[in-house]
Amino acid sequence: MTSQVATPSAGRRPAPEIARVPFARLVKVELRKSYDTRAGFWLLTTIGVISALAVVILLFVGKTQDLTYDNFTAATGIPQGILLPVLGILLVTSEWTQRTGLVTFTLEPNRWRIAAAKVVAAVALGLIAVVLAYAVAALANLAGMALRDGSGSWTFGIDGFTDITILQLLGILGGLAFGMVLLNSAAAIVLSFAVPTVLAIVFAWNKIASAAPWLDPSTAQGPLQTHDMTGEDWVHLLVNSVIWVGLPLALGIWRLLRSEVKSA
Amino acid sequence: MIVVEQLTKRYGAYTAVDHVSFTVEPGSVTGFLGPNGAGKSTTMRMMVGLTPPSGGASTILGVPYHELNNPGRTVGVLLDASAQHAGRTGREVLRLGAMVMGLPDDRVEEMLTLVGLNEDEAKRRVGNYSLGMRQRLGIAHALLGDPEVLILDEPANGLDPAGIRWMRGLLRGFAERGGTVLLSSHLIHEIEVIADELVVIGSGSIVAQGSKESMLTAAGSLVRALDRDALHGALDSAGLDFTSDASGAFVVQASTAQVGTAALAGGVVLTELRNGGSGLEDMFLELTAADAREEVLS
Repeated sequence: MTSQVATPSAGRRPAPEIARVPFARLVKVELRKSYDTRAGFWLLTTIGVISALAVVILLFVGKTQDLTYDNFTAATGIPQGILLPVLGILLVTSEWTQRTGLVTFTLEPNRWRIAAAKVVAAVALGLIAVVLAYAVAALANLAGMALRDGSGSWTFGIDGFTDITILQLLGILGGLAFGMVLLNSAAAIVLSFAVPTVLAIVFAWNKIASAAPWLDPSTAQGPLQTHDMTGEDWVHLLVNSVIWVGLPLALGIWRLLRSEVKSA
Repeated sequence: MIVVEQLTKRYGAYTAVDHVSFTVEPGSVTGFLGPNGAGKSTTMRMMVGLTPPSGGASTILGVPYHELNNPGRTVGVLLDASAQHAGRTGREVLRLGAMVMGLPDDRVEEMLTLVGLNEDEAKRRVGNYSLGMRQRLGIAHALLGDPEVLILDEPANGLDPAGIRWMRGLLRGFAERGGTVLLSSHLIHEIEVIADELVVIGSGSIVAQGSKESMLTAAGSLVRALDRDALHGALDSAGLDFTSDASGAFVVQASTAQVGTAALAGGVVLTELRNGGSGLEDMFLELTAADAREEVLS
């Protein structure tokens, strides 16, 4: 069977009309994978429902002067800030914990393209979540005026939109990066919550508190939530995001490109 | 056609796959046979770019796997039928594959029908599938892109005898249309039924390869006659080496043609004459004895 004699079809090449899988298709597939499992479906549903719930609670228990667009948006930001990183993590780690990577990386052996498709899908999901948040907050603000004679202030401005959008995108991309570095759902979820908590405690120590805006994500992202970013705050945020999102993402992609995809 | 040349994988000091070379020709079903842990899966993972090799290379239709455009359209791969998201339905698994490969949804339904997964099963989540159903789904996934080459790791694992027979028909038909099939197994009986070429691996190295026929011949012949003593005499006078087994048959170190000729010359009436006197299984155990986890009892 190992005869080196060429058979008529031995020189057959793959059909030349077969083109590379278009990148947009890879992104579409990654997006579909985020909701076509039971776990994914419920995670997305939970993000939507809890965002709405947070707004509804504020609508009925908040003081009338607090019923503003700004506050309603902030209310959606809390559950999204917790759940979007988990969504980002699962986009990657399910390929390992559910072993679907065997199929994903054989259908597209160029792992750069899969990594890039996952980043684009994560950004898209993050944008969908914040747009949903803005919409729910707007409805609540109208309802607040109608039902409870709320303030109904729309003071928010373009800054408000960009701040919240950046905040949540950093969250989901940070989750994705942690997922790529650890390739394990449980470890990535635990660490992505534990690391900011530990850092917040460490930087509460007076002697190093001045370094907190540079190194501690909660401190650096604080002004985004309150919409009072100064030029210095942007520099802090940039450096901090390079450390906690950029570096893990680079390390994660490096690991994704090199690691062996196994079934067991 | 698949060409594997000197593929090697080392994990630290341990060599999992050691300079493995073989060729799988179009139109044949080649069985990749070896005990558990012999390096079959590692070799297959290197062939499809999931595991970076420490040395050597492999090509499919003359092209390294990672350079194939939309590889699912050229090579159907099934490495582990259970490696599917438990929370996805069978149909959804195929639909995702079809999306990546750019195939219409009809193709998904066609494949479900081909592997015999009914509507109710297609709607069920893979977590609730039996191993046999997962294998069928995996085969459907491998065939989705209408490939020319199939690489299947333990595809018959979990199938019942009827399922194995079905797979034989499917793979044989695929090979007869000019397809190339490589499938692995640690069970000799599966391979004996399905494959026509064999590559035997033990402890990371190829220990034997060739057609199933030639391997069976190498394993000798088994012969039985009405008159046992007359057969004994006929084999003796033909100068053939033989032993007698517990059931009273003779195991002869010669082809069935040689044994038949000897019997005719001695005027002996045979009641049984077949290949593989010592059995492909015995040969397999012998070939891989040095690496087997269990001592081979002789």
